[in-house]
Amino acid sequence: MGRTRTIARRSFLIGSAAVLGGVAFGTYLAVKPSENPLTESLAEGEAAFNPFVKITEQGITLIAPHADSGQGVHSMQTALIAEELDIALDQAEVSFGAPDPAYYNTAMANDAVPFAAFDEGLAARSMRVVASSAFKILGVQGTGGSSSTPDQYDKLRAAGAMARETLKAAAARRTGLPAEQLKTENGRVITPTGEAIPYTALAAEAAQIPPVTDTPLRDPAEWRLIGKPMQRTDIVAKSTGTLPYGIDISLPDMLHAAVRINPRQGGELLDFDAAKAEAMRGVKAVLPVTGGLAVVADNTWRAFKAAEALEVTWGPAPYPAEQAEHWEAVANSFTPERLNTTWRDDGDVDTAHQGEVITAEYRAPYVAHQPLEPLGAIIRADANGAEVWSGHQLPRFVQMQVAAKVGCEMEQVTFHNQFIGGSFGHRLEFDVITLAAEIAAQLPGVPIKLTFSREEDFAQDYPRQIGMARSTGSVKDGRVESWALDIATVSSSVSQMGRMGLSLSGPDAQIVAGAWNMPFALPHLRVRGYIVPELAPTSSWRSVGASTSGFFAEGFFDELIHAAGADPLEERLRLVTRPVHRQVLEAIGEMSNWGSDLGAGRGRGLAMFESFGVPVAEVVEVTDTPAGIRIDKVFVAADVGRVVDPVNFENLVQGGVIWGLGHAINSEITYADGKAEQSNYHMAEGMRLYQTPQIEVRGLENGSHVRGIGEPPVPPAAPALANAIFAATGTRLREMPFYKHINFV
Amino acid sequence: MELSVNGTSYSLDVEEDMPLLWALRDELGITGPKYGCGIAQCGACTVHIDGQAVRSCQMPVGDIGNAEITTIEGLGTPEAMHAVQQAWVDHQVAQCGYCQSGQIMQAAAFLETHPEPSDEDIDRAMSSNLCRCGTYPRIRAAVKTAAAKLQGA
Ligand code: FES
Ligand code: FES
Repeated sequence: MGRTRTIARRSFLIGSAAVLGGVAFGTYLAVKPSENPLTESLAEGEAAFNPFVKITEQGITLIAPHADSGQGVHSMQTALIAEELDIALDQAEVSFGAPDPAYYNTAMANDAVPFAAFDEGLAARSMRVVASSAFKILGVQGTGGSSSTPDQYDKLRAAGAMARETLKAAAARRTGLPAEQLKTENGRVITPTGEAIPYTALAAEAAQIPPVTDTPLRDPAEWRLIGKPMQRTDIVAKSTGTLPYGIDISLPDMLHAAVRINPRQGGELLDFDAAKAEAMRGVKAVLPVTGGLAVVADNTWRAFKAAEALEVTWGPAPYPAEQAEHWEAVANSFTPERLNTTWRDDGDVDTAHQGEVITAEYRAPYVAHQPLEPLGAIIRADANGAEVWSGHQLPRFVQMQVAAKVGCEMEQVTFHNQFIGGSFGHRLEFDVITLAAEIAAQLPGVPIKLTFSREEDFAQDYPRQIGMARSTGSVKDGRVESWALDIATVSSSVSQMGRMGLSLSGPDAQIVAGAWNMPFALPHLRVRGYIVPELAPTSSWRSVGASTSGFFAEGFFDELIHAAGADPLEERLRLVTRPVHRQVLEAIGEMSNWGSDLGAGRGRGLAMFESFGVPVAEVVEVTDTPAGIRIDKVFVAADVGRVVDPVNFENLVQGGVIWGLGHAINSEITYADGKAEQSNYHMAEGMRLYQTPQIEVRGLENGSHVRGIGEPPVPPAAPALANAIFAATGTRLREMPFYKHINFV
Repeated sequence: MELSVNGTSYSLDVEEDMPLLWALRDELGITGPKYGCGIAQCGACTVHIDGQAVRSCQMPVGDIGNAEITTIEGLGTPEAMHAVQQAWVDHQVAQCGYCQSGQIMQAAAFLETHPEPSDEDIDRAMSSNLCRCGTYPRIRAAVKTAAAKLQGA
């Protein structure tokens, strides 16, 4: 079964290559004419090689190219390879890629990653839409859009299987035994007499023979690792303080840098006086950088202090200075000129809305990323190029950006990707990289570690898109009859891609993500996206467009269902069109014991939303206490096609729910005088432990494709909470953050 | 000045008002304690000073005198983990893991003074430490497991 289904779907070729001291196994991607800037140097028909397994006499190295910002893909990728390669999870070194220069120059120079296979119908259309947004770039060359699992699921297993069978073939040649009589276990080939030959001892020979590429993938029934609880490969290091993040790396003669950049993002430095800072202990230099100044010192704290001591005069922001103007620009964007496109138009909404209608307006503010590790990078630059140590989701773009700053070729930039202390989209941006490169270029040969202070990180963050929705709907005979959903947001895709020198072709699907393709068949349903003129710069924030459209859609859907006098679960079940989504709804109903009596002052709310191909339903239970709303419990059902690691799955779902709830309740970024008003966690903390509910998770596997779970639990959290609060109190929350409208415990 | 960290004494020449966090990280190369906020809001920098959980970003080195400093590196090692670290591994708490040095140091000090904590005690003690990845449900469970283990020990 594994074979026919998997091989038929493969969009890649597997193969091997000799490398210094051994052999590498991976995939070749035949380059088709495409607008992928990364493979332009390849002629049509030429192939780029992605090595995933490298075996030499010294050991086994797995190359896990997707960056790990906490979502566990490092471990997941290891497990996918190990499953077929027959090694233990701790038997290989796992590298983010580019392990040594020779290897780097040949094999990794033109890597490229094909995007996941497509589904039929609505899902296929939705995937194509995703592919037309910023995610095209991420899918092609990076980590984002919950793409790691779908991208790697087949390829890594195929590479592992090929490596195993090729090593067996090498052992067969050496021993004269037929390969069928050989077994593999724990990184060794075992002969019928029990002789064990380590893979490492076979590496050189394996490089000399043609790779065995027609190996069927194992049937899931045979899996040792996938689908079973695994110990994450990084868990001990992360529990003992021994895992080095980018911020922890130290190089000989390294200096520490801090920056002071115009907090009116994109504005100029008009004037400055560095005398005080320059006289401070440990300060080596004050240097000009784009938008401001850098201080180079012998200690991070001294650099921070000196940066604060700089006297600066900032130019104005290239966007409206006050928050009210931002809201006004959003509100004024529901016009024919700003119509981005009509994404869905079922039935005839205009005719349906000639009678009595229900209307509402929803708002979602800017929100900061602010992962706990602040942005940072170490760069050393000289006449021969540059070396970079940092954690980033788009390594090839890091090379391009650094090359542009230090004035060398991209190939002269070596990038050492690092474990990341959280991203949520933040490590898709380049400012810390380009600023570190500008500093390093002014101090040739000296490794410069640039660390953003938390205040600088807040000031320079590109928040989630700001947006509003206007909904009009009607009900008839106890049912939801019609709904016109208009969503206006700034385009974080346009903003983000603009900073990468790219432009978005076509309408931005993220504005209406998940809303236009909602799996419900209403008699009349229209979804339109409006694009707000660029305001403050924005970026991808965990679940991107769906983080706002999910709230807009599932909040108002609950209002319509309430107006119809219907039950939120029953009405969704009546209207749902897709079997996988129906099963998710049925599961959440059963888990939450939907319909049972919760008692006085309590309420439950439901939302289901799909993002990145994953339908997620959440039920939130709250109690209206004298001190405010207490969130008691959350149930989550999500269908990812295949749960690779149930423990990590549960952890990520819980984290996604906490992310969604915490920011919906507590967090926003607002602008005054052109600057973000929030400067540290006391003003934007998301959720803390005392507010955290119990969260019960169920992973479903009915979907036909394997999907990632990093982002999809986020969008339903805010509307499910708002709907629960309505059920408990009768108060409808239509604007995040909710704390502005109701108290929480 | 002299600092005693994880049983080793170091002499260093820094300003009295340099926060302990930066003396540890940039002067002594002890990087388990993390920088998250610098204003006592996140707890990522938590260390023990004479057994008490302290935000090292707020502790001037000049105020420490000869008190004993313990960082996550001194609490236990991958080969010989402290009960709290072992519980963190058993429950697979970490996502990005960046907050977890501080969470573990906070929990370890807390369990010294509250060997049989209630759920409310745990919520109160651990709410000063931020986890942006949202590992709180696992932190709660791991603290309970560690408490039970320490009681049994
Ligand atoms: S860095 Fe010390 S509490 Fe945040
Ligand atoms: S695990 Fe990432 S901040 Fe806690």
